[in-house]
Amino acid sequence: MKEKETKTTGFREAPVRVSEWQRFRRVFFQRKVVLFGLIILTLLVITAIFAPLLAPYDPFLISMAESLQQPSGKHLLGTDLQGRDTLSRLIYGSRMALMVGFGSVLLAGIVGVTLGLVAGYFGGITNMVIMRIMDALMGFPMILLAIVIASVLGSGVHNVIIALSVATLPGYARVMHGLALSLRENDYIMAEHAMGAGNIRTMFWHLLPNGLPPMIVLITLQLGALILAEAGLSFLGVGIDPPTAAWGAMVADGRRYLLTHPWLSFAPGIVIMLVVFAFNLVGDGLRDALDPRLRGLL
Amino acid sequence: MTAYIIRRLIIAVVILIIVTLIVFFIMQLLPGDPLVIFMGQQAGSGSISQEQLDQLYVRYGLDKPIIVQYWNWISGILQGNMGESIYYHEDVGKLLLERFPVTLDLGIKSFILYNILGVVMGMIAALRRGKWIDTFATVLSYIGVSIPVFWLGMLLIYLFGLRLDWFPIAGYTLPTEDLWKNIYQSFLPVVCLSLMGWAVIARQTRSSMLEVMSQDYIRTAWSKGLTERAVIMRHMLKNSLIPVITLMGIGLGLMFGGQVFIEQVFAIPGIGRLLVSSVFAQDYQVVQSATLVIATIVILVNLAVDISYGWFDPRIRYG
Repeated sequence: MKEKETKTTGFREAPVRVSEWQRFRRVFFQRKVVLFGLIILTLLVITAIFAPLLAPYDPFLISMAESLQQPSGKHLLGTDLQGRDTLSRLIYGSRMALMVGFGSVLLAGIVGVTLGLVAGYFGGITNMVIMRIMDALMGFPMILLAIVIASVLGSGVHNVIIALSVATLPGYARVMHGLALSLRENDYIMAEHAMGAGNIRTMFWHLLPNGLPPMIVLITLQLGALILAEAGLSFLGVGIDPPTAAWGAMVADGRRYLLTHPWLSFAPGIVIMLVVFAFNLVGDGLRDALDPRLRGLL
Repeated sequence: MTAYIIRRLIIAVVILIIVTLIVFFIMQLLPGDPLVIFMGQQAGSGSISQEQLDQLYVRYGLDKPIIVQYWNWISGILQGNMGESIYYHEDVGKLLLERFPVTLDLGIKSFILYNILGVVMGMIAALRRGKWIDTFATVLSYIGVSIPVFWLGMLLIYLFGLRLDWFPIAGYTLPTEDLWKNIYQSFLPVVCLSLMGWAVIARQTRSSMLEVMSQDYIRTAWSKGLTERAVIMRHMLKNSLIPVITLMGIGLGLMFGGQVFIEQVFAIPGIGRLLVSSVFAQDYQVVQSATLVIATIVILVNLAVDISYGWFDPRIRYG
């Protein structure tokens, strides 16, 4: 109730002190769209974990007798050319999407954040070398760099993860670099140095935790972009080989039957869009809830 | 201003050099020997003796240290020699030049389209905050960044091509050949390519307009008795476009990425399609050059954006 008072009594008054956690909870969970995003993401994770239990059929089972069936009570979303159940393949595809998404975020996040932290903290020539390389990487359109790297490394999930990580690396480095530059000017960093803390300790125990909130937002938004990119790569057929169930590849497979069996492409497309949409909603919700500049406003 | 431009130019040259190093390095990651891959694609590769292989090594300069190889490659490119495609048996530079106008044509069209639509919609959404147009802009901006561009292409093909039969579903004609046909054929691809940029630009314009609207100088402009038009166009829009301009440069990279898919879906013979087919043909000479060309364009455009940024916002120049 106290928050409401500040809003009505006028903007000159300093906002009432509320704990950060309380404010986060209030702002984040208040919005219905954010909750909607969270529900979709929870369902996605559950689907991926329990895929074998949820899928009505074996996603790899080829049965030419049931080739290209329209959606029905038996096959809710129909079957593809080889008679594989579309719904089951969609369910298994969530594993691929999440594996690539989380794998790339983890790899690119660790490397990118460390590079940005080192560059921003030390400054000078280290900063120049690291950040110019990041600028150069940013010159490549993300998906293009991923296609080229994935094709050079050869197919396989781990290669897709590496390719997407290299392509998304500079984003983390840039954000962390900017944060480190401003954070290192704080008095508590000087105090740390005065107490004799080393560089590693200062960077990872003091700069990094203070830079975490924006990084969490970035990671959430990146997960959406990465799932989109994974779908793109598998749509083109780069990196992930058949018969692996991947959403993008399913869209591509359905292309030839667009007029007669539109659901083959439509279903995976809708799923991709919904998941990316959910990551964007949650990411935006996190940003507003974690942004200290909005304290007192939201 | 001159000092600012020179500083930017130097940085751009450094970045370009690093870009060439990255492209060169990625190609070194190829498993095995490029020459063996090359020979494997030639008919009757089994008949090649070790001696002939050694001769080829010398001929292609692969016996030299890696730095020398890099130097030979880069000086070749600077002289306009990008090597020969092993799949098309043609000069790579010529191949790229043939495909490039197509990609550029689609790119320029959607660049103009999404920037105009985005700025106008973002502006109206901010001025009519909370009204239906604002809601529409917000929904659109979420859809624009969430929808897979290749799937959007297929949706449009299904709806406007196959069901309604309003537009052709594939093909491309150069505007110099038949302008009307060109516009007709490229309508759907351009709409597809523009949606993401439209969403991003509209969103940024809206939020920076809202920020500018509450500034003191806007109140001053109103109280001076300026017309609504002058306040909105000269004071609000001009100031709120500064962050939007940076996004225009970034949007270009996104668009090139989108073109890879759009050219695939609509069967358009541009750089993106060439790149994908070369990836599958293991035609790495083409992949290497196409990647380099695209990255160079993105960097040069961003350089132009940076310079114009300094011109729009004097604070940047001295920063």
